[in-house]
Amino acid sequence: MGKLLVEERKVVVPGEHIAEGMDYLPAQWTYRKGDNILAGRLGLLAVNGRALKIIPLSGTYTPKKDDVIIGKVIDVAMSGWRVETNSAYSAMLSVRDATSEFISRNADLTKFFDLGDYLVAKIVKVTSQKLIDVSTKGPGLRKLYGGRVINVNCNKVPRIIGKQGSMVSLIKNSTGCKIIVGQNGIIWLSGSPDQEVIAIETIKKIEKEAHVSGLTEKITAYLEKKCKNKPAVMPEEDSEENSEEKPAAKPAANKKGEQ
Amino acid sequence: MAYTKRLDGRKQKECREIVAQAGVIKNADGSGYFKIGNTVAYAAVYGPRALFPKRVQDPSTGILRCNYNMMPFSGMGSRVRPGQNRRAKEISMVTEKALLPVLDLKEYPNAVVDVFIELTQTDAGSRCAGICAASIALADAGVPMKDLVAAISVGSVDGTLVVDLDYQEEAYEEGEEGVADIPIAYIPSTQKISLLQMDGEITKEKLIEALEMGKEACEEIITVQKKALKEKYNL
Amino acid sequence: MITKAAKEHLIASLDAGVRLDGRKIGEYRPIEVKYGVSKTAEGSAEVTIGDTKVIAGVKLSVEVPYPDTPDVGTIMVNAELLPLSSPKFEMGPPGIMAIELARVVDRGVRESKAIDVKKLCITKGEKVWGIGIDICTINDAGNLFDAAGLAVIAALKDAHFPTYDGVELNYKERTEEKLPLSKIPIPVTVIKVGKHLITDPMNEELDCADSRLTVTTIASGEICSLQKGGDMALTVEEIGNMVDLALKYGEELRNKL
Repeated sequence: MGKLLVEERKVVVPGEHIAEGMDYLPAQWTYRKGDNILAGRLGLLAVNGRALKIIPLSGTYTPKKDDVIIGKVIDVAMSGWRVETNSAYSAMLSVRDATSEFISRNADLTKFFDLGDYLVAKIVKVTSQKLIDVSTKGPGLRKLYGGRVINVNCNKVPRIIGKQGSMVSLIKNSTGCKIIVGQNGIIWLSGSPDQEVIAIETIKKIEKEAHVSGLTEKITAYLEKKCKNKPAVMPEEDSEENSEEKPAAKPAANKKGEQ
Repeated sequence: MAYTKRLDGRKQKECREIVAQAGVIKNADGSGYFKIGNTVAYAAVYGPRALFPKRVQDPSTGILRCNYNMMPFSGMGSRVRPGQNRRAKEISMVTEKALLPVLDLKEYPNAVVDVFIELTQTDAGSRCAGICAASIALADAGVPMKDLVAAISVGSVDGTLVVDLDYQEEAYEEGEEGVADIPIAYIPSTQKISLLQMDGEITKEKLIEALEMGKEACEEIITVQKKALKEKYNL
Repeated sequence: MITKAAKEHLIASLDAGVRLDGRKIGEYRPIEVKYGVSKTAEGSAEVTIGDTKVIAGVKLSVEVPYPDTPDVGTIMVNAELLPLSSPKFEMGPPGIMAIELARVVDRGVRESKAIDVKKLCITKGEKVWGIGIDICTINDAGNLFDAAGLAVIAALKDAHFPTYDGVELNYKERTEEKLPLSKIPIPVTVIKVGKHLITDPMNEELDCADSRLTVTTIASGEICSLQKGGDMALTVEEIGNMVDLALKYGEELRNKL
C-alpha cells in the first residue's frame, strides 16, 4: 500500500507530505512520520525505486571526503596552512600533504602558499567534529595564479559541470577561459576580462535555471549570442573537465587559442 | 459580549491580508518577507557558519541564534531608539524556541545558524510575523527542517475570540471583559505549539478554544509560506 | 583581505575597459526608488542600486530647540549596517562604518540647507519640529553611501507632518503638509583603483580601492559636502576629476526621484 503524493522533480518544502503508506522508504532528507513520508528539507523530489530522496536546491557547503574544492589560505601555521573552505569549517593543509618536495623545518612556508592564495585541494579527511584535512598532492591539485574567483550555490555545481564536464567545457570553449569548479561552490576563472564576464554570467544563468529542463540548449544559444563565436562541439568523454583538473602543464581543452 | 463586529470588518477567524516571499536578500543564505496587514517583517538566515567566540560553541551540535529588531521608524507612535531593548531580547529568545523544534543541527558541531529579523512597520503581531518570515528564510537557506513553522496571535476582545489581533484590538478599552492577546507558533506535522505567550485575562475554556482557532489559522499561513517558497524556485 | 593578485586582476580588467560585472567604467547599476515603504514612518523610501538595497525612514517629533538656535528645527541622521544585510556586519551598536555613513549623509542634508529649518519652529525657545532620519541596510552589494543618500532625500520628499494641536502629537492622523524641502543633495561615490576612477563601486571593487571620495552636490552644481576615505592620498587633479564625475552622476541620480 503506498501512494506518491508529489510528482518527481517537483519542488517540495520542509514538512510537505510526499507519500502515504508503507511502500515507500525515506532516504536522503526525507523522513517517516506514522504512515507518511515527509520532506526534511527544501529541494526537488527524486524517486529511486522505492526510495524517496530530496535533491537540495540551497544550503551552504558541507565538506565531504574526496571532494575537490577551491580553498583560500587564511593562516600559516607551524607545519602547514589553514584553508578556508566556504563552509562553517576551515581545513588544515599540512606540509606533508602539500608537496612531495622536501621542506626543511625552518623553511618559510609562505614561499609555497601565502595568505590569500587560492588552491585546488582535495578533502582527505573529515572527522565527526568536522576537523578537516586537505591535500594538494594529486592530479590537478595545485596553487592557482591570477584569474578571479566567484561564489555559487554549491548545490548547483553538478549542473554547472554537466555530464562528464560537458557544460563547463561548453563555457570554456566559447569564452576561451580556464575554469575550475570546486565542489564547495567556489569557481576560479582566467581569461580575457570581457570573456570572463560572459563566462560568469553564463554560470550565474545556469545557477538560476539549474532545475529547468532543456538547459543545455538554452545555454548553447546564450553563449552563441554573447560570444558571437561558434562554440566548439561538446567533448564526449572528457574526464579532464571534471573538477579534478590535470595540472597546468596540460592546458584546459580550449580551441580558441587564448593566452 | 459586546465586540461582535471587528473594528476593521474582519470575521472572527479571519487573518489580515498576507503577502509572503522567499529569497528577498541576496547576500543571505536564505531570506523571507512576511507582511500581514500593516505588519512587515524581513528575515535573513546566515549559516550554518563558523561561530565565535569559541566559548559559545557547542561541540555536540550547531546552535540557532535569533535576533529580532524593530527599525526605529516601525513603531505606531514616536521614533524608537535603535538598539535591542529588553522586549526585543525576549522576543529574540522566544523566537528561537519557536523554531528550534523543527531543526536538527547535530551535523554542524560548533557552528551557528543566525536568523536576523527586522520589522519595517508594525501594527501588532510583529513577533509572529517575524517567526513566519524566519521560517521561510530557514527553508530557503536549505537548513534541514522537519516542517515549516507558522505563527499568529489569537485572543479575546471583550469576550469575543478572534484571530490576528491588530493594534486597535490589542488596545481595545471598551466593554467589560478586557482583552487577551495570545501569540502562538505552530508546527503542523506534529500539531504542537512552540510559542505561547499571553497578555490579559481569559478563562481556560476560552483559551483552549482560542488555541484551536489559532491552529487552523496557522495551517492557512503554512500554505502561504509554502507557496512563497515554491514560487521562488519555479521559473 | 584583498590580495595583490586580486587587485592586479581588477586593474587589468579596468585597463581593458571592463568592470567585474561587465559594466562600462562610468556605468551605474539599475537604480530604483520606491516611496512610502513604511507606513509607520512619517516619510520613507527604499532605494536599490543593483543588488544594494537601503531603506530610509523619517520620524517627526516635537523637541526643545538647542539653546543657541532657539527658533530652528533639529535634524538627526542615524545609520545601521544591519547584520541582516551582509555576513560582514555584526550585531551591536553602530560601528565606525555606520557612523561614517550617517555623518556623511547628514552633512549632505544639513550643509545644503535642503530643509529650511527656520520653518520648523513652533514656539521660539520652547518647541520646534525634530526630524529623525534612520538609514537601514537591507542588502549590501556596495555603494551604500549613494543608496543611503538617495533614500534619505526620497524619504524627506515623502514625509508628511503628523497632527499636532499644540499639546499632543497624533501620529495616527497625518496632515497633507510636507517638509520645507528646497534642495536635493545627492552623494556620489567615486573610487580610485590604480589609475582608474570608477563610480557606483561594488564590494569587490571597494575592497581594491586605493581611495574613495564621496561628493554631495545639489542641482545648481554646487558641492555641499565632501568625504575622502581609503588609505591612499589623492592629487588635486584627481580630486577635480572625481568631482566632475560626481556632478555628472549626481544629476542622473537626482532624476530617479
